Amino acid sequence: MSTTEHSEHIDSDTGKLGMWLFLFTELFLFGGLFIVYAVMRSKYAADFHHAALELNAFIGATNTVVLLVSSMTVAMSLTAIQQKKAGKAMGLLLITLILAGVFMVNKYFEWGHKFEIHLYPGSDVMKSMPHGEIMFFGLYYMMTGLHAIHVIIGGILLTVVIFKINSGKINAEHYLLQENSALYWHLVDLIWIFLFPLLYLIT
Amino acid sequence: MTNTVTKEPLNYLNHETGLWSWLTSTDHKRIGLLYMYSITVFFCVAAILGLLMRIEKMAPGQTIMTAQTYNGMFTIHGIIMIFIVVIPGLAAVFGNIFLPIMIGAKDVAFPKLNLFSWYLFMTGAMLGLYSQFANGHSPDTGWTFYVPYSAEASSNVVVALTAAFVLGFASILTGLNFIVTIHRMRAPGMTWFRMPLFPWSLYATAWIQLLATPIVGITLLMVIAERTLHIGFFDPSLGGDPVLYQHLFWIYSHPAVYVMILPAMGVVTEIFPTFSQKPVFGYVPIVFSSMAIALVGYFVWGHHMFTSGMSYESRWFFSFLTFLVAIPSAIKVFNWLSTMYGGSVDLKPPLLFAISFIFLFTIGGFTGLALGSLATNIQLHNTEFVVAHFHYIIFGGMGFAFFAAIHYWFPKIYGRMYSFKWANISWGFLFVGFNLLYFPLFIVGIQGMPRRYFDYDPKFQLGEALSTIGAFILIIGLIGMITNLIYHSRRGAIAPANPWHGVTLEWQIPSPPPHENFDEIPVITHEPYRFDHPHTN
Repeated sequence: MSTTEHSEHIDSDTGKLGMWLFLFTELFLFGGLFIVYAVMRSKYAADFHHAALELNAFIGATNTVVLLVSSMTVAMSLTAIQQKKAGKAMGLLLITLILAGVFMVNKYFEWGHKFEIHLYPGSDVMKSMPHGEIMFFGLYYMMTGLHAIHVIIGGILLTVVIFKINSGKINAEHYLLQENSALYWHLVDLIWIFLFPLLYLIT
Repeated sequence: MTNTVTKEPLNYLNHETGLWSWLTSTDHKRIGLLYMYSITVFFCVAAILGLLMRIEKMAPGQTIMTAQTYNGMFTIHGIIMIFIVVIPGLAAVFGNIFLPIMIGAKDVAFPKLNLFSWYLFMTGAMLGLYSQFANGHSPDTGWTFYVPYSAEASSNVVVALTAAFVLGFASILTGLNFIVTIHRMRAPGMTWFRMPLFPWSLYATAWIQLLATPIVGITLLMVIAERTLHIGFFDPSLGGDPVLYQHLFWIYSHPAVYVMILPAMGVVTEIFPTFSQKPVFGYVPIVFSSMAIALVGYFVWGHHMFTSGMSYESRWFFSFLTFLVAIPSAIKVFNWLSTMYGGSVDLKPPLLFAISFIFLFTIGGFTGLALGSLATNIQLHNTEFVVAHFHYIIFGGMGFAFFAAIHYWFPKIYGRMYSFKWANISWGFLFVGFNLLYFPLFIVGIQGMPRRYFDYDPKFQLGEALSTIGAFILIIGLIGMITNLIYHSRRGAIAPANPWHGVTLEWQIPSPPPHENFDEIPVITHEPYRFDHPHTN
């Protein structure tokens, strides 16, 4: 590796183009689940209506607000690093991470409650439900589960960014990693913006 | 690079040595070779499995293996050949080695990501192998993993699914890398329509990799969830729909056919002008037909499911689109033939393979139309006619294009020349063996011989036995070709920088290329394939 002469810094437009393309693939990954949702919803409209009433729209709305605010703080941290305010940038990223934590704790209680009343795939309670409701909760777990994995990955990325700001590797000139991580975080937010109405609001 | 003076000029093969320098290299040419060596090993394994299956079918009844072993073998043969060999094949090997050179760049846009993709690829490939041999329960679902069987079969299906998922991820990252490379790294003056056609075909391919692969990723995850968490999307007893799985699977896996064939078309599009010493006929139509194939190919998946239960409307719709996608493919065939017409044709081994590509691909294409029309599909569905058809496309098309590519670019990659005589003899065995192996399957297929059976009615024996003989001839050809190439990669005569008088950029630099391809980034002043024009530099 020592003799390679490839420049260490990929230029920013190239890096961002790569990230945008990657985000498209993420959208398509969730797209497969949206297709299944559309098919099942048209097949079992009434069951989906009943099952959606089981979800707590208040927790869902809270989490939506939490993620929207976190998207704002991550964007603000990018502005801060561009203005050479590294401390402020790290602080704002820390707030973003805390909000991500709040989201996951809410999710934990939400899932935990469902497990308490034996509402999970493969349980006897679930097997006795109408087909459409089984499909709804299957989608609920799969979609929010995959989304939660993305929240965790995004959180790890932002943590790395904080350390790199601290060590000076990310600064007012070179902030591609922070920008890409912020883009990823916006994707996490964006997908939730679709999941929230599909699962919680449309009844 | 160091300034040490050695006997041989420094190039990408010798500027650093040792296994470690290869395993950590971010040089696109070395990564391409890593892909080539690993893919060749997997190809040989799967080819031997194919030969064993043919031996089993030499005679009716059980010959050398049980039905269950046979089921495992066609599954692993399919998984290795599709996911590890032909989908990455041309793009990962020759795309990696030659895309940056042909567009005048020093490397791909993300060299480290490129190396990471290879490690992902190897991880997926190893998982695939592990699923075959762990616990003695090799998957027997076929490479298509159709539910409900794949959701219930008590074998290492989850590992095999994970392998396919990881391989898909590697494929996405390679496609992403190529798109960004083509957008951002072209040499000054190389406008879109001054780009050679192999990079164009890789560009079309990369978009399919990027937009279709995530769908199969999530689908495989759903089957894993089905098996481990009892989610039930595809289980009718829980309200799910098995046909939905087939839709999701083919939404990716049909475009995947174009991931295999588009770079193959790109390779022969480079070879025809060089060996005719004549500009390619219809540059712009070839570009647009590549993009049209990528676009229309995205919407034809339903033709795999005509007998699975679809509405009449969707069946004729998918059938219509299937016929539509044949048009851009035919445009390319006419372009290749017209390129040779009136040129000074030089029948060297690369051209020999490229011409056989047209022959085999055309047979595969026409039989594809027989499968794409609704009435004949009912008769032919799931017969050995299908097996013959897709081997003509995948092996006769992509496989022979791969052979053409290695014979075309071999002197550039190694700086040495192989024996033409041995290449021609091997080609003879490959071509005769291939046709003898697969053509009889068209006939027994029409007569009603189903695919994936280890036994058959004695009335099919003539066709099946001929096919087995063909398999042996084909294997002899493979051994001859691979031996010729390996032997001459070290001991062949020193090859000049431009043995075929090609005009694209890779022929303007030394063989083998230096570590960073170009001492000075070239400036492009005209379109590619101008044979009358004195080459720049």
